[in-house]
Amino acid sequence: MSQKEWPLWEVFIRSKQGLNHKHVGSLRAADAEMAIENARDVYTRRSEGVSIWVVESNRIFASDPTEADALFEPAHSKVYRHPTFYDVPDGISHM
Amino acid sequence: MNNSISTYTLRIADDSLILGHRVSEWCGHGPILEEDIALTNIALDLIGQATSLLEYAAATEGKGRTADDLAFLRYERDYTNVLLAEQPNGDFGQTIVRQWLFDTFRLFFYEALCYSKDPQLAAIAEKSLKETKYHFKHSSEWVIRLGDGTEESHQRAQAALDLLWRYAEELFFMNAVDHELIAQGIAVDLTTIKPLWLERIQHVAKEATLKLPETNWVMKGGREGQHSEYLGYLLAEMQYMQRTYPGMEW
Repeated sequence: MSQKEWPLWEVFIRSKQGLNHKHVGSLRAADAEMAIENARDVYTRRSEGVSIWVVESNRIFASDPTEADALFEPAHSKVYRHPTFYDVPDGISHM
Repeated sequence: MNNSISTYTLRIADDSLILGHRVSEWCGHGPILEEDIALTNIALDLIGQATSLLEYAAATEGKGRTADDLAFLRYERDYTNVLLAEQPNGDFGQTIVRQWLFDTFRLFFYEALCYSKDPQLAAIAEKSLKETKYHFKHSSEWVIRLGDGTEESHQRAQAALDLLWRYAEELFFMNAVDHELIAQGIAVDLTTIKPLWLERIQHVAKEATLKLPETNWVMKGGREGQHSEYLGYLLAEMQYMQRTYPGMEW
């Protein structure tokens, strides 16, 4: 990557009040303000959002894919962690 | 039918239309993808404003012309946009400085026009103000970034300011049409806007380490249909389709 290239930013958009910010993509910008404005122009021009977060991509730390087995495999056998062993009484909706 | 209102509305419309067309020339040529989209959005906002304004200008004119007729079938001398709007894009710095001088004006202009006693103009102003606030933020921040950026970006931004400053004064042009409508509470008294505009321009220029040219040489004439050599070429491209295929729709 050339030294002159602007840093990469990850963009998170909240589509409605009350929902979470969701990762929608990335873009390049020289600073945080420009990243917000670029995100507004690139990712919300069809009314996709009410709020934007940006974070420099190099500030994100990711799990190591080679450790996936150790990190995630053990959970697969622990089915009792799912709240699926209850009888839902009649008349309870939205469950 | 009120021809003063039509004339007044047409000026605002022509500024939006011609500058919108100019900015749209960046589509596909922006310095980076993100800025390409930003400029195209701004162009679309301006052309959207022009559409509302031209519809109102056509309706108040009462000659049976449509917004499309006004946009595409007038001659060069019939356009009353300020000369600043038709100036060529130049480099990115020139486009940004042009936009900044214009957006800063438009910000205060629309803020005042929201209080117009003409409900249609007030409604258009209120809708356009939201878009303009963003344009203003975008161009101001870019002026600061370029002016206070690298040696080359500073030099280019300063050169653009030196070139375009002479066109800024025309933004505050007024004549009998304005005075008639100001008396009725419809038009904006631009003498009240100018100090606000200058104060904001000075503030941003200072942060951008740019020097405002000290010259009294001003270029004007656009409001009265006397344009620079650039408008004819712009219109040739903009009007080509309607002139070649009259009445064409798509």
